[in-house]
Amino acid sequence: MAEKKNSNGEVKLLGAWPSPFVIRARIALNIKSVEYDFIEETFGKRSQLLLKSNPVNKQIPVLIHGHKCIAESMIIVQYIHEAWSSSGPPILPSLPYDRAIARFWLTYIDDKWFPPLKSIVLGLDTEPIEEKLEKVREGLVLLEDAFNKISKGKDFFGGDQIGYLDIGFGSFLAWLKTVEVTEGVSLVHETTTPALAKWLQKFCAHDAVKDVLPPIDKLIAFSKMLRANVDLVINPK
Amino acid sequence: MGEVKLIGTHQSFPCARIEWGLKIKGVEYEYLKEDLSNKSDLLIESNPVHKKVPVLIHKGNPIAESLVILEYIDETWKDNNAHSLLPQNPYERALARFWAKFIDEKCVISVWGACVAQEGEEKEKAVEGAIETLSHLEKQIKGKKFFGGEKIGYLDIVAGWLSYWLSVLEELGEIELVNAERFPCLHEWGKNFINTSPIKDCIPPREDVLAYFSFGINYVRSMAPNKA
Repeated sequence: MAEKKNSNGEVKLLGAWPSPFVIRARIALNIKSVEYDFIEETFGKRSQLLLKSNPVNKQIPVLIHGHKCIAESMIIVQYIHEAWSSSGPPILPSLPYDRAIARFWLTYIDDKWFPPLKSIVLGLDTEPIEEKLEKVREGLVLLEDAFNKISKGKDFFGGDQIGYLDIGFGSFLAWLKTVEVTEGVSLVHETTTPALAKWLQKFCAHDAVKDVLPPIDKLIAFSKMLRANVDLVINPK
Repeated sequence: MGEVKLIGTHQSFPCARIEWGLKIKGVEYEYLKEDLSNKSDLLIESNPVHKKVPVLIHKGNPIAESLVILEYIDETWKDNNAHSLLPQNPYERALARFWAKFIDEKCVISVWGACVAQEGEEKEKAVEGAIETLSHLEKQIKGKKFFGGEKIGYLDIVAGWLSYWLSVLEELGEIELVNAERFPCLHEWGKNFINTSPIKDCIPPREDVLAYFSFGINYVRSMAPNKA
């Protein structure tokens, strides 16, 4: 791992190890070699620091940079790209059109693709699980096609380096694997989504990523606890 | 900077956002009016994932999602005297993006919910929720002419529907959310915004917006499990 530097004052990240949204911020900080204090929130109970630093949404992650509090995972990632522009590789693509494509797919991932996956993880009975899995699979087909177009033959959505869309999508990989194991299904596979299967291996092995993706067995245990406490997930205290 | 086309419908406020952004930047564009009940091949090809408006087509390249398009416009047309939509400072940009997301995810949803809800406890609760989300915006605009400061910026454009489309929703939903007593700063901002050029040049006729929203509200109410 590159030597960590602390720039412009103290950097803290409020978060929790299982959260894909928190993982996004951690990967971005790692890419920029930013040293930070990781302050873990307790599941089901919001700390005073969280309530003070994100009074509007009261959600993790929150990046605290000096006296500045920044919330919302991909807004934090963009902030990290901009605030530490002279440190490490860029996170967003350089061309406006490529940025627009990355942002478009990120919006799709968060608004359309992730909700059925989340519903499976939480064991919600909104619709049959087969239908939710089908939505996840359909989304992966779209993302496979998007990857082929965007990567232009390189290893990552961001090209030679991992970037905004790699981070935004890759942050869900541990949960995707967890669902594959707990439901006994295949979602990303070399026969159905060969490009994503290759990308997944490279992404998970990346220096900025490998230490922040949670181990699957730990996530499986955590997901069991989540299902037993769905009320707390939907209406946190 | 090349040919610019906008696929949209005038009644839709996400489409209005794009017109405002383009006009503020002084960009010439061709408006391709879309009939959403009979979607064009161009729309389906340009936005195959969602098949929704607005879509900006620049030099043949399509971009969808209004907030994504606005950032693209800001990043593409930034030479000379082009007015910057987003702030320059990374922290202020993060704040503008945060509030834009809040407006689209919380304000729009809660206002729509308050409008659509039928009479009774459900409606009272929905109205309270909408007022609560709008109270955050009142705090943000306090002491400023525009969210962008002295000039209209990204966040004003994103919030712009509050200055005109909101009153149509209030009328249809028989509710009152933003008024001079409850939210004096937001109310004042709305009046300034809607009366500034080029914003006022892209406002659709009220009856068109009424028809557009009426259709949506009636549809949602007809799908509700417990009809009054």
